[in-house]
Amino acid sequence: MRYLPLSDADRREMLGVIGAAAIDELFRDVPEEARLTGPIDGLPMHASELAVERHMTKLAAKNMVAGQVPFFLGCGAYKHHIPASVDHLIQRGEFLTAYTPYQPEIAQGTLQVLFEFQTQVARLFGCQVANASMYDGSTGCWEAIGMARRITRKKKTIISSGLHPHYVSVCNTMARFTGDVLETATPELTAETDAERLIAAIDGETSAVVVQYPDILGRITDLKPIAEAAQAKGALLIAVVTEPVALGAIKSPGEMGADIVVGEGQSLGVGLQFGGPYVGLFACREKHVRQMPGRLAGETVDAEGKRGYVLTLSTREQHIRREKATSNICTNSGLCALAFSIHMTLLGEKGLRQLAALNHARAVQVAERLAAIPGVRLVNDSFFNEFTLGLPVEARPAVHAMVEKGVLGGVSLARLYPNVDALRNGLVVAVTETVTDEDVDALEAALKEVVA
Amino acid sequence: MTINQSGWKPAAPIAGPGDIGTTTGNRALMLEEALIFEIGDTETTGVDIAGAPAVESRLGALARSAEIGLAGLSEPETVRHYTRLSRQNYAIDLGLFPLGSCTMKHNPRLNEKMARLPGFADIHPLQPRETVQGALEVINELAFWLIDLTGMHGVAMSPKAGAHGELCGLLCIRAALEARGDAREVVLVPESAHGTNPATAAFCGYRVESIPATDAGRVDLEALKARLGPDVAAVMITNPNTCGLFEPQMKEISDAVHAAGGFVYCDGANFNAIVGKVRPGDLGIDAMHINLHKTFSTPHGGGGPGSGPVVLSEALSPFGPLPYTARTKDGVVHLIEEEQADEFSEEHFGGALQSFGRMTAFHGQMGMFTRALSYILSHGADGLKQVAEDAVLNANYVLRSLEDVLDAPFAHSGPCMHEALFSDKGFADGVSTLDLAKALIDEGFHPMTMYFPLVVHGAMLVEPTETESKAALDQFIAALRSIAERARAGDAALKSAPVHAPRRRLDETLAARKPVIAYRTPAPDGADLPTPSPVGDR
Repeated sequence: MRYLPLSDADRREMLGVIGAAAIDELFRDVPEEARLTGPIDGLPMHASELAVERHMTKLAAKNMVAGQVPFFLGCGAYKHHIPASVDHLIQRGEFLTAYTPYQPEIAQGTLQVLFEFQTQVARLFGCQVANASMYDGSTGCWEAIGMARRITRKKKTIISSGLHPHYVSVCNTMARFTGDVLETATPELTAETDAERLIAAIDGETSAVVVQYPDILGRITDLKPIAEAAQAKGALLIAVVTEPVALGAIKSPGEMGADIVVGEGQSLGVGLQFGGPYVGLFACREKHVRQMPGRLAGETVDAEGKRGYVLTLSTREQHIRREKATSNICTNSGLCALAFSIHMTLLGEKGLRQLAALNHARAVQVAERLAAIPGVRLVNDSFFNEFTLGLPVEARPAVHAMVEKGVLGGVSLARLYPNVDALRNGLVVAVTETVTDEDVDALEAALKEVVA
Repeated sequence: MTINQSGWKPAAPIAGPGDIGTTTGNRALMLEEALIFEIGDTETTGVDIAGAPAVESRLGALARSAEIGLAGLSEPETVRHYTRLSRQNYAIDLGLFPLGSCTMKHNPRLNEKMARLPGFADIHPLQPRETVQGALEVINELAFWLIDLTGMHGVAMSPKAGAHGELCGLLCIRAALEARGDAREVVLVPESAHGTNPATAAFCGYRVESIPATDAGRVDLEALKARLGPDVAAVMITNPNTCGLFEPQMKEISDAVHAAGGFVYCDGANFNAIVGKVRPGDLGIDAMHINLHKTFSTPHGGGGPGSGPVVLSEALSPFGPLPYTARTKDGVVHLIEEEQADEFSEEHFGGALQSFGRMTAFHGQMGMFTRALSYILSHGADGLKQVAEDAVLNANYVLRSLEDVLDAPFAHSGPCMHEALFSDKGFADGVSTLDLAKALIDEGFHPMTMYFPLVVHGAMLVEPTETESKAALDQFIAALRSIAERARAGDAALKSAPVHAPRRRLDETLAARKPVIAYRTPAPDGADLPTPSPVGDR
C-alpha cells in the first residue's frame, strides 16, 4: 500500500516497544462486539494508481466539459480563463499541504497571502476591511444576515427578489432555526429590479436589506437609494456579488453605501468544479469588524521588530468563545482564496478592468444577436456579462434541446424556480471572454431552431 | 499610479547573536518578500487580454469611475512572489506535522490529478443532468462507501467543512424533533469537546450544558444519565475523544440518550483511528460528520477548503438537507434535488422525506469528492483498516517512547487511539507548553496541538498519522525528548525559541489591540493615509 511507510518488521518492533503482542491489543477499549473482524464488506481491496486513474477517467468522460462546447452558463458560477501559473502555484506543497496558520513563525506564507487577499477583497468591494474567506457566497450571505442581527439587534431581513434562489434557500434553512424573519419574493421578467419595493418595505423593525448586484437575471441597479433608505431606519444594506469580475466595470457596492458586502469568488482562479469548493468573500465597515465571522490575518511585529502576520481578533471565534462565538466557522477556504488572490495579482487593476470591459462588450454583442431572433425578447435594460431572455417557448425543454445540438446554452429559470409559472420562458445567458465567435454562431443557430 | 508612494525599502537587517546581517534582509535561501501593494502598481498586469470590441454600453450610470487600488505584477514577478512566500510555510510535504485532532496525513498527488480531469474540474453545477452523469456517479459512489464504512443509513454530502457538517447534523436532529412536536432545548457537550460543538449547538438555538469527564478521560456515564431528560435534544460526543481515547461505553451512552428521547451526534474528526475497524452505526450514533480533509486525505490547503459529509441513522435520514443522497431498499444510491424531492419521497420513503432545505448553493465540495473517492479506492477495504491500525500504532509508539520525560495523564488507563496526549506537569517553573512547541519549530517539526483539550493543563496533543515512517517518528521522538528534558531543567533559552524560523515569536497582543487587517497606502512622508471612507459612513 503505497501511502503507508511502515513495514511489517517496523510494526513488530514498535509493538515490542509498546509492550503489546498484537495490534488488536491497542483497540481493546473498543467493545468486542463493535469491532469488525475483517475488511469492510463490499468495498474492493486496494488498487494501483493506474487502476484508480482508469476508473475515475471513465466517470469523468461521461460529463460534457464546459471548455469543449459552446458554453453560456452563469447564475452564480462563471467560466473564466485561469492563467496557468495560478494552478501551478497553488499546488506547491507548502501551500497545498499546510494547515491553518496556528504557528505563525512557520506560516508567514499563508498569513501574508491572506493579508493581501483581505486587502484585495476590501478594495474590490469598496469596503474598509474583509475577512480571510468563507465557505462560499451562499453561506457568506447567511452569515451576513446573522452579523446584521447582532449589530442592529433586530430580526427582520428584507431579501430582494433578485437574490440567487439557492442563496435564499440557504438563508431560509438557517432562519428556521434562529428565529430570523426573512421577507422574500420571486423575481419578475422585467427590466426593473424591485428596488422600490425594498425601499418601501423598510421599517423600524428591519435589520437588513439583501440585494444581489448584478442580480440573478443579470440586472444592475443603483444601490445608493436603498442604502440611504435602510440607514435612515437604522437598518444595514447587505450587497451580494456573485460575479466579482463585474466590479472591474461597475461601481462597487461599498462606494454606494453598502454596510456589508459578500460574494462568491469562484470567478477568479477557482474554476467551475461542479459547484465546489468555492470561496466566500466577506467585507464590511471597520467599526463592525468585531461582529464579523471568520478568520482574520493581521499585521504585527516579531520579537526582533520585523513585520509579520498572525491570525487575530480570535476572541470572536469558536475555539475561544465556544457557544458565544460569532459563528461556528472553523476552516475557511484558504487554498481557493490563494487562487483568487494570485489571479487578482496577475490581473491587477489594469487587467481586471480590461477583462471586465471584454466580458461586457462580448455580452452586449451576443445579447443583441439573440434578441434579434424572432420571438426572443431581451429582458434587461442593463447588465454586465449575463442577461435574461424571454423565449416564445418554455426555456427548460429548450435548454435540453440545445444540449442535443452540443450547446450548453444557458440556465433556464425553471431549473432555479421549478414552481413559478411566470418564469418558465426565462433563459439566463452568461458571456465571458472564453466565448468564441463560433460559439456564438452555434448558440444563435441552436436557439433559432428550438424556438421556431 | 504607484500604490506605495514612498517606495519599498527592505526590512532593516537585524543582527542577533550568531546572526550575520545582510543588506537585503535575506539569508541565502530564506528570502524576504514585500506585499504586492508595495512591489506592484495599478498599471502592471501579468495577463494579456484581447481588446474589447466597441459596443454601446449597457452599464448606464453605474459604470465605474473610481480607481479600485489593485496592485498588479508581471507573470515572472507573480510566480516569484508566491514561490518565495510558499517557502515561509511549514507543510506535510516538508516534514512531520503532528497536529492533534487535525490528521495531517500525506496528501496523495493522484487525488490532485483526478480532481483536475476536465470532466470533473470544468463542469458547471447547473448543467442539465444528462450532461453530468459522471459527476453524479462520483457523488453517489462516494456516498455509498461512506455509508458502508460507517454502517449508517443515509449521508448528506453538501456540508462544506466539519463545522458545517456539525450544523447539518444538529439541524437534522432539530427537524426530527420538531416533526414529532417535541421542543427540546438543551444539548449536552463534554468538557473536552472541540469549540465548534458548543458554537454549533448555540447557533441552532440550543442551550449548551457541559458534562464532566472521569479521571480516566472518558465521559462520566453516570453524570450523563443523571442529566438526561425530556429537555435534552442531543448529546454531542467525539469518539475517539479529544484525549485520544475511545469511549468504551459509547453504546451504553447511545442507548441511554435514545431511551430519554434524544439523539446522539458524533464529532467524526477522529474517525481516522477507527476507519475500517469500527462502524459508528453499530455504536448507536444518529449523525456524524466526516472530515474528508482528515481521514480521507484531501489537502488542508492552509486552512480549507474542507468537506464535511454527514452520515445519518435511519431515524434522521428523512430530514437531511437538499441535495440529498440516500440508498433505497434496492441498494441504489440516489442524489435528489428540490424538483425530484416529492416524487422520491413518495416512492421510497412513503412520503416521509422532510428535508430541512439547502445548506449551500450547489452540491457541496465536488473537488473534494473526487479526491476522497480516489483515496478510498486506492486503499480499499484492506488498506483503510491498515490506515487505522498504523495511525494507532504510531501514536502509541510516541506515547510509550516519551512517557518517562513527558507527563501522559491518561497513559495509565491503557493504550491511546491515534493521538498521544501529554501535559506540562514536571516542567520547571516559568517554562510552558508554548515554549516547548516553539522549540520544536527550531528542530524542523511543526508543533503538536497546544492547550487542547482544555481538560488537561498545558495540553500537548500529538497525532503522528499513519503516513509517518518509523525513522521519522524516531527523529521526532529524539527531538521532543531533548526539548522535554530542557523544559524539566528550566532551560531559559526555550523562552526565545524559535530562532531559526523566518520570524521570531510574533506579538499577537499588538495585533489584536491595534488591528491592521488591510494594507494601507503610506503617504510620501511615511505617515499612513486615512482609509478611503465609503459613502454614508456613520
